[in-house]
Amino acid sequence: MSQGLRNALPMLVLLAIGFAAPLLAVIDFSFMPERTFSLFQEPTLENYRAILRSTSYISFLWSLGLAVVTTIILALICYPIAYGLVRLAGPWSMVVTLLFTIPLFVSENVRLYGWVLFLIKNGVLLGTLKSLFGIELSSMLFTLPAIILGMVYVYLPFMLFPMTLGIAMVPNETREAAYDLGASRWQVFREVELPLAMPGIVIGFLLTFVLAVGAIAEAKVMGGQRIIPIVHDIEIAFTYAQNWPLGSALAVLLMFVVAFLVILVLRRFDLDQIMGKR
Amino acid sequence: MEADRGAMRSLILAWTAAVIVFLYVPAVCLALASLTASRYFTFPIPRWGTEWWGKTLASFEIHQILSTSIAIASAVTVIAVILAFFGALAFARYDWKGRSLYQKLVLLPIFFPQSVLGLALLLWFNALGLPLSWKTAVFAHLVWIAPVATLVIAIQVYSFDPALEEAAFDLGASRLQVFREITFPVLLPGIFSGALFAFLLSWGNFPLSLYTTGADSAVPEYLYAKMVAGYTPGVPVLGTLSTVGAAILLLGFWSLITLMRRGSLPRSEK
Repeated sequence: MSQGLRNALPMLVLLAIGFAAPLLAVIDFSFMPERTFSLFQEPTLENYRAILRSTSYISFLWSLGLAVVTTIILALICYPIAYGLVRLAGPWSMVVTLLFTIPLFVSENVRLYGWVLFLIKNGVLLGTLKSLFGIELSSMLFTLPAIILGMVYVYLPFMLFPMTLGIAMVPNETREAAYDLGASRWQVFREVELPLAMPGIVIGFLLTFVLAVGAIAEAKVMGGQRIIPIVHDIEIAFTYAQNWPLGSALAVLLMFVVAFLVILVLRRFDLDQIMGKR
Repeated sequence: MEADRGAMRSLILAWTAAVIVFLYVPAVCLALASLTASRYFTFPIPRWGTEWWGKTLASFEIHQILSTSIAIASAVTVIAVILAFFGALAFARYDWKGRSLYQKLVLLPIFFPQSVLGLALLLWFNALGLPLSWKTAVFAHLVWIAPVATLVIAIQVYSFDPALEEAAFDLGASRLQVFREITFPVLLPGIFSGALFAFLLSWGNFPLSLYTTGADSAVPEYLYAKMVAGYTPGVPVLGTLSTVGAAILLLGFWSLITLMRRGSLPRSEK
C-alpha cells in the first residue's frame, strides 16, 4: 500500500460509511413502497410516478431559480471585495477576512432571526423610521425579496473565499505587463484577470449554487413559508407525512442535479494548483 | 491614471466596509433584543435591562444544552483533527496513484446540501438500528467537518518542504522522531486552525444536528425550537453569546498566531 493511500484510508472509511452508504440507502429507499421504514421490500417506481403527478416541480423551480439569483447577486457583490482583499488591503486583509469568517460559526437560523428582528413591524428598521421620522412602512418580511436577502446574506462567504483564492492566482506582473502594453482597465479585466482567476471563481459559483439549491431556513424564517423550496418538501415527507420513500425519491432527484454539476465542474480542475500556489 | 486608481481603491474599501456592516446587522439586532426588560421585542426599546441575561445564564435547561453542544463540538474536534491530519498529508504531501480522485472525493460532502445529508444520515442510522443521541450527531458532524478540516490543514501542508523530513531521515532519525520533531511542529499552525474550524463549525451547525441528535438538543436546535414557538428574550441572549464567543475565539487565535510569527521571524531571517 502506498504511503499516500495509508494516510488517506481513515478519511476514505469515514466517507464510505458516513457519506456513500447513507446516499445509497436513500437511493434504495426511493424504490420502496409508500410509507415503509424498511429497506428490503419489493422495489417499485411508484414514488417517482407520484412525484411526476404532483406539484413538486414548482418547488424544484423555486429552489433552482432562487439559487441562480443568489449566485449572480453574490458574484457581483463579492468580486470587488475579493479583488480588494488580494490587491489592496495588505496587512489588514487578515482582519477583514476574519470579520467575514466570524458569522459562519453562528448557526444560520439564529442569524436569520436577527434579520427578522431588524425587518419585522416595530423592529429595528421600521421602529426607528417611525419614531424618528414618523414614517410608517409595511414590513418587507415574508416576501420574496426577504428570502433572497437571507440567502445572499448566508452564502456570502462561500462565494467570497474561493473567489479570493482565484484572484490571488493572477500574478501581478502579468497585470502590470498588460497595462504597460497599453491595455485599458476593461481589457485587463476581460483578458487577463478573469481567465486566470477563473478556477476560483467557478468553484465559488458552484459552492454557492449547490448550497443555495439545498437552502431551507431562509424560506422558512424570512419567507414565512410562503415559498416552499424542494428541501422543505423533502423534509415534510420525512417528518409530518412519515413517507420516507417519497422523501427519498425527491432527495435522489435533487442529488442528481447537484452531482451532475459538481462532477462536471470538479473533473476539470487541478486542486493542487488552486490551493497550493503561493 | 494614478488618481483614477486612487478613486477605485476608495470605492472598493467603502464597498467592503458596507458589506461588513451588512453582515453584522443581525448580530447587532440580536444584541439589542437581548437587552430589553419586556418579554416581547419592540424598537425603540421601551425599557432596557439585563434581567434576561441573568435568567438565561441561571437556567438549568440552558446549562444542559450548552454542555451537550460542548460535548459534541469537543468530540468532533478531536476526531476530525486526527482524521484530517493524515487526510491532509494524503491530500497535499504524497504523490500517489489515487490522489487526484481522493482530493475530489474529500470535496464531495462539502459540495452537498447539508439538510439532505442530515436526512440521509437519519435514514441510515435507522436502517442500522442505531438509537439517535449526541453520539450519532458527532458522527454526522464528522462527515462534513473532517473534510473541511482536511482542506484547512492541507493549505499548511502545501507550504511544507518535504526536504526537511528527508534531511532528518538522512541524519538517522527514526520515523517516530521525524514525525514528532519535524512534521508535527511544522504543521502545528494548520492543525490549530483545523481544530478551531472544527469546533466552531460543529458549535454552529443546525441542519445536521436537527435530524441526528434524537432526544439530546444542541444550542442551534434549541434556539430554532424557541424561535418557532415560545419566543423569550433568552433566544437573543443565547444567540449573542454564540456570536461573541466565536469572535473572541477567532480573534484570540489570530493574535496568538501573529505573536508567534513575530517571535519566530528574527530567527528565520538570519
